[in-house]
Amino acid sequence: MYPPNFNYVRAGSVAEALSLIASEDDAKFLAGGHSLVPAMKLRLDAPGTLIDIGRIDDLRGISYGSGDENDCIGPLTTHSTIASSNLAAALVEAAGGIGDPQVRNRGTIGGNIAHADPASDLPTVLTALGATIRVENPSSARNIEAASFFTGLFETSLEENELITVIAVPREGAGTGSAYAKLFNPASRYAVVGACASVTVNNGVVSRARVAVGGLTPMATRCGSVEAALEGRSTDAINGASAQVASDVGDDILEDIHASAEYRLGVIPVYVERALQAACARAAG
Amino acid sequence: MAKFVGKSFKRVEDPRFLQGQGKYVSNLQRPGMAYVAIARSPHAHADIKGIDASAALELDGVVAVFTGQDLIDGGVGQLPCGWVVPDCKIPERWPVVPDRARHVGDAVAVVVADNPYVAEDALELIEVDYEPLPVSMGARATTEYRAQQIHSEIPNNTAYSWALGDEDGMRRAFVEAAHVVELDLINQRLIPNAMEPRACMAEWDDTMEEMTVWTTSQNPHPIRLLLSGFTLGIPENKLRVISPDVGGGFGSKIFHYPEEIIVPWVARAINRPAKWVATRSESFMTDSQGRDHVTNVRMAMDATGTITGLHVQTWADQGAYLSTFAPLIPTALSITLFSGLYKIPGIWGEMKGTLTNTVPVDAYRGAGRPEASYLLERIVEKGAQKMGMDPIAFRRHNLIPADEFPYQTPVAFQYDSGNYQGLFDKLEEISGYGDLREEQKSKRAEGKLWGVGVSGCIEASGPAPSAVAGSLGSAVGFWESGTVRVHPTGKVTALTGSHAHGQGHETTFAQILADELNIPLEDIEVVHGDTGRVPFGMGTYGSRSAAVGGSALVRSATRVREKMTKIAAHQMESRPEDVYFDDETGNIRVQGATDEGMSFFEVALAAYTAHDLPPDIEPGLEETAFFDPSNFTFPNSAHIAVVSIDRETGEVTLEKYFGVDDVGKVINPMIVDGQLVGGVAQGVGQALWEHGIYGEDGQLLTGSMMDYAMPRADRFPQIETDRIETPSPTNPLGVKGAGEMGTIAATVTVANAVVDALAPLGVDHVEMPFTAERIWQTIQAHS
Ligand SMILES: Cc1cc2nc3c(=O)[nH]c(=O)nc-3n(C[C@H](O)[C@H](O)[C@H](O)COP(=O)(O)OP(=O)(O)OC[C@H]3O[C@@H](n4cnc5c(N)ncnc54)[C@H](O)[C@@H]3O)c2cc1C
Repeated sequence: MYPPNFNYVRAGSVAEALSLIASEDDAKFLAGGHSLVPAMKLRLDAPGTLIDIGRIDDLRGISYGSGDENDCIGPLTTHSTIASSNLAAALVEAAGGIGDPQVRNRGTIGGNIAHADPASDLPTVLTALGATIRVENPSSARNIEAASFFTGLFETSLEENELITVIAVPREGAGTGSAYAKLFNPASRYAVVGACASVTVNNGVVSRARVAVGGLTPMATRCGSVEAALEGRSTDAINGASAQVASDVGDDILEDIHASAEYRLGVIPVYVERALQAACARAAG
Repeated sequence: MAKFVGKSFKRVEDPRFLQGQGKYVSNLQRPGMAYVAIARSPHAHADIKGIDASAALELDGVVAVFTGQDLIDGGVGQLPCGWVVPDCKIPERWPVVPDRARHVGDAVAVVVADNPYVAEDALELIEVDYEPLPVSMGARATTEYRAQQIHSEIPNNTAYSWALGDEDGMRRAFVEAAHVVELDLINQRLIPNAMEPRACMAEWDDTMEEMTVWTTSQNPHPIRLLLSGFTLGIPENKLRVISPDVGGGFGSKIFHYPEEIIVPWVARAINRPAKWVATRSESFMTDSQGRDHVTNVRMAMDATGTITGLHVQTWADQGAYLSTFAPLIPTALSITLFSGLYKIPGIWGEMKGTLTNTVPVDAYRGAGRPEASYLLERIVEKGAQKMGMDPIAFRRHNLIPADEFPYQTPVAFQYDSGNYQGLFDKLEEISGYGDLREEQKSKRAEGKLWGVGVSGCIEASGPAPSAVAGSLGSAVGFWESGTVRVHPTGKVTALTGSHAHGQGHETTFAQILADELNIPLEDIEVVHGDTGRVPFGMGTYGSRSAAVGGSALVRSATRVREKMTKIAAHQMESRPEDVYFDDETGNIRVQGATDEGMSFFEVALAAYTAHDLPPDIEPGLEETAFFDPSNFTFPNSAHIAVVSIDRETGEVTLEKYFGVDDVGKVINPMIVDGQLVGGVAQGVGQALWEHGIYGEDGQLLTGSMMDYAMPRADRFPQIETDRIETPSPTNPLGVKGAGEMGTIAATVTVANAVVDALAPLGVDHVEMPFTAERIWQTIQAHS
């Protein structure tokens, strides 16, 4: 499998990456290469120039916030680094369940969310956790809520000349817990369906809940009805809330050789329930 | 005298593999080499109205573009079928199709370029004018009268019909039966996926008019024969076929493939070495595939649960063409095993080999025998259920007793040896079968879906007595060759017609010879896979290498010993009958004499110096033998799988696995365990995950690893294996096959476990693979 011809340049800094993306024709950033390179080899994608951002150290690693500050993750941070980090539990859990060790050692969180595969795990998790994605272009920068970053099947609100520079995730304080539960595609290990829950529990009562699902919808989908059904409930009486997910996911349900829409809809409440139960248990400490 | 056989020596081939030094075809380079890429049909069925290669030819670095007609005009022949059952209709098959493509991936044009990147770029510039045709799909549906005809010369898309057994006996059994059970079942299409993709390289020597072909084959000599006699037309004395290190075959590298013709043809046409290496996508759409049988099976029993009759009707999807051994698999390798481990008087098996617009289907690990064990052990399971008997008790009730060997079945085969009750004794012991059933009771009481699956399987391995193969339709014989060459210094080169592509022959064959010749393991080098170095051999498949190839080497070694005995006797001035090979010193000594005798080296040297040989002895020390077995060997097994099912999602987890196998005498226990465990993993793969899926339009929907689910190590529990040994009387080593038993047994064992888990819901059959959705749908339908 050989890709068509392309130019390759390595950016030494964020500034250089941004100036290259502005000047090169038909260019794309290259991070871990685990979505882009296979697409090129299959000749499904043929960028004229690859701008390799892989050696920009400023974009790699995690800086933990203190107090109410967010934890900040560089977009080049690999799934395996996240899987062994102290970030929010759901993110750690999801990153550890991505693909296989090779994929986790190369694939990055920035590439994962920029690619926006509907079966990806991290968009679901970042949506549920209420993450903020910072993006920069040669002249300006902006912050985008995860929930509005993902706009469709392989689509995001990222402009062509924009680089993701930070993914900011709220710290999980006492009384807050999160979890991610997924049904693995047995071939690729992407999510056939995935559910993430983040809850804050006070005196045994859910005071805040954020829930998102993925895999069955064109993009990660926040589940307002489930959240509404949860808030104010005692943690030992949350079952049933997950059934609300049906009214959150709409009727554009994905279907492929691995699972029918009927099946995806049929089991998504189970995964929501499992994520919720685990999140509540973690919140209780 | 067995210092080496029976012990777990580490594999001598592993240091080079572990250090990345294996010599695979795709690593090889020749000076000035060109690269071949192949334009393939995106349609499952289409007429080719024209091919415009002008844009491709203009691309810098493109050497040539050839069409199917160019190859035909250049003298290539059609790919033959090497196994022809009576009245078999063999479809036309050209290496590059001249006018019509019949499956996605059929070769349509050939690009030759200076490097592989340019070759791929050029592929995109070739314009093929296709006129798509309706397709015909489905092993059974394709025979319906309105189905699209795939080859005009083959009506009803039915290449052959074949039947075997005792039809009257079967009918009588069903008339007299107290109980009858029946199942419709599907043995789904599999895609082999050897780790190393197929590859071919060729070099033409214009002055010598000699061709060398390097190819990823399990059997280089038969490939040379086919190239020479049918497809390429270069005589064998001018054609050398080398099959170096090969990274897995599982049957898919037995067959003669179009690229093996295209690449040497191109090398001669452009007078430059040429190479093609399959991309993984090409492997998915051009490596021959496996299984794909649609079956109806009925079993008759008397009032006590004794099996009296079996009637099987199967439609076997052979794909768009008949691959090299395709008609063999569903017939002589499948119906012949319908007796299983049981005494069944009335067996009648009917088979139709049908054609569809899909990749050709041929042998895949187990080849016909997994299909046989699947249908038999599924219906036996249903029989046990019907009789209200424990599945092991039901099987024990019907087993062939140990004192009835050799046992003649009603479906041609005569089983060599076995102790089937002993298999189940050991299985019950290592699995704690009684406790498993207790555990199941308590799990069920908690509402859990937890199943214990049992199987007892047989296979015929070590093909084959050549006369039997001939009478069943084979165009070739299935003996094996082995040469033992003792060098003047006493070091040994062994040449074998078997081919190793993961089996470890370089180790096990050396173990055999070290014992036979009484010399250290490291003094023996095993050479295989090169028609320029090794006498004609038939290669490796059907778990035949130890039984047939190993036996040929034993025979050669015996002749070497005899000759050495005579030389030593002459030189030590004694009688040959008084000379012996001394295990302890490694020397060749005279009975009762006090001296050291002669060393192996001294006798070898004497054979070559030839200064003082007995009058009737020729110089030199090299013997070649050809071994044609008197029968197949019949490895057998009893396995148990334990599964749990997530009631809410349908996910199946394999919790435990136990296997007891009788593979006859064991040469290297570590290697045999590896074969069995790997085979089990592959069999579990079919049960739980693998499925080659085509759309109704003939598109391959599982064309990559992202969609075709291979087994992964972390989905497996420890696989517990154990053995009983009943030596096979059909070969001097007493060995049976070990390469396929795991696969033959594991699929149906897991299937029985899954059905057992779902039995409380009233389920008596589910089709494979047991994906979460399929199980969930089954649970929904039964609650
Ligand atoms: C076998 C396999 C299994 C997988 N399984 C899973 C799974 O189970 N779950 C899952 O979630 N994912 C899975 N993935 C996807 C994996 O997580 C990828 O690593 C990820 O989707 C892409 O990250 P990357 O760093 O490799 O990006 P690349 O392939 O380098 O880039 C992907 C895209 O993102 C863009 N990009 C990269 N970085 C930035 C940036 N900082 N700013 C803007 N754009 C950027 C690139 O231009 C490109 O368009 C799997 C992949 C493979 C190959």
